[in-house]
Amino acid sequence: MTGPLPLAAAQPVIPDFGRGSTCVRDNGAFCWDWVSDHWGDTLRPALMQHLQLTAIAIVLGFAIAFVLALAAHRRGRLTTPVVLVTGLLYTIPSLALFQLLVPFTGLSRTTAEVALVSYTLLILFRNTLAGLAGVPEEVRDAARGMGLTQRQLLWSVELPLALPAIVAGLRIATVTVISLATVAVFVVNEGLGAPIYAGLQQTFKTELIAAGALCVALALIADGLLVLLQRVLTPWTRVARSR
Amino acid sequence: MNDFTDAFRFIADNTALLWTLTLDHLALSGAAVGIALALALPLGVTLGHVHRGSFVSINVSNVGRALPSLALISIGVAVLGIGFVNVMVALVVLAFPIMLTNAYVAVESVDQDAVEAARGMGMKPHEVLWKVELPLALPLIFAGIRTAVVYVIATATLAAVAGAHSLGDIIVDQATYRLPGVLGAAICVAVLALLAELLFAGLQRAVTPRALRSEERGAPTVLLGEPNPERTART
Repeated sequence: MTGPLPLAAAQPVIPDFGRGSTCVRDNGAFCWDWVSDHWGDTLRPALMQHLQLTAIAIVLGFAIAFVLALAAHRRGRLTTPVVLVTGLLYTIPSLALFQLLVPFTGLSRTTAEVALVSYTLLILFRNTLAGLAGVPEEVRDAARGMGLTQRQLLWSVELPLALPAIVAGLRIATVTVISLATVAVFVVNEGLGAPIYAGLQQTFKTELIAAGALCVALALIADGLLVLLQRVLTPWTRVARSR
Repeated sequence: MNDFTDAFRFIADNTALLWTLTLDHLALSGAAVGIALALALPLGVTLGHVHRGSFVSINVSNVGRALPSLALISIGVAVLGIGFVNVMVALVVLAFPIMLTNAYVAVESVDQDAVEAARGMGMKPHEVLWKVELPLALPLIFAGIRTAVVYVIATATLAAVAGAHSLGDIIVDQATYRLPGVLGAAICVAVLALLAELLFAGLQRAVTPRALRSEERGAPTVLLGEPNPERTART
């Protein structure tokens, strides 16, 4: 079905004929028993590393973007430079960015995280800022009229109203990072990119397909969880919609 | 910093190779973008014009974003085999949803008052589409094209693992080209993506009617999870 892979020549990986099932021995298109045999030693650890890579990137990226957005919300002229810089980072292809960081941080997890964080910044910054900017002026006036200080206004009025936009940004950023973290395999052999890349270099494709499918499933589940989070955090939007 | 000096020396010493690979890179990206355009634009514009199919048109890009490009290319290799055409198919699959959603949202969200007014002036449906809806929708349609182009150029770098030629050939082959070569090619890819982004940002501006050019500076728009205007895909 597949031609000889150029990369396979360098490093032929032969399926484990010794213990393999019929499916594995016949090089079947997809072998469920390979998945269950190697769930514990290959797929689950890769999935866990992938989750970790993603979680760290999102938490750090959100912390940075949130602070930047609050600052830009207060001082409008910060917006353009931040959008320019984060937009520049966002445009650099991931494979290139990972490699360009190697002279600074080496072939390490740090390199992967720096690149992944840099991809979250534009989305999270723009959405947080737009959410804050979208709060109606009358609402702010009413809050000030009730005697709220600037800080109270931000935390108890503006941020809650900006939540849907912020969570929308988190959804995009999370799904993006889950997808991009597979490319991190070129600098650090962790995450679901590792079994995908290993699968790419052998003719037995189950490993590749299983890891790819896991990655898509992870992205969809994370997206769904964030939608739920938003529902829980903003009950008032649901009331408004059900009327 | 020595690494980067060496990287620029590599670029200077290997202009012929880099140029060939850049052309390969552009051919691969161009073919994929062209096909995706030919498929997505008519469909998205038509659906937007008749206000049908919002669920599919919008959600297709949400699912598209969840597809890891490396996995998609790899699975393409597993199913279709290696080579230019197969990688191109994978790139079309990645570019199509972005263009479709943007084209749909662009036409669908054209101010209905303008459409009503056009109808009131006696325009036929195809005249409304060509003279009112499309001109007003062009900026957002171009935003989709721009996102897709940058995304495809970025992903074409990964084509190297699937047997098609691109600048990624050097990046994934550190054994041959060493770090300076990898860095040099990475710099070329980054520059290529930035140039494409600038070119299409310029085009997008050029097709935007002057009256709609207000929101360019400062005031950012929300990147919502659902209607997905602008740049929400990434490799």
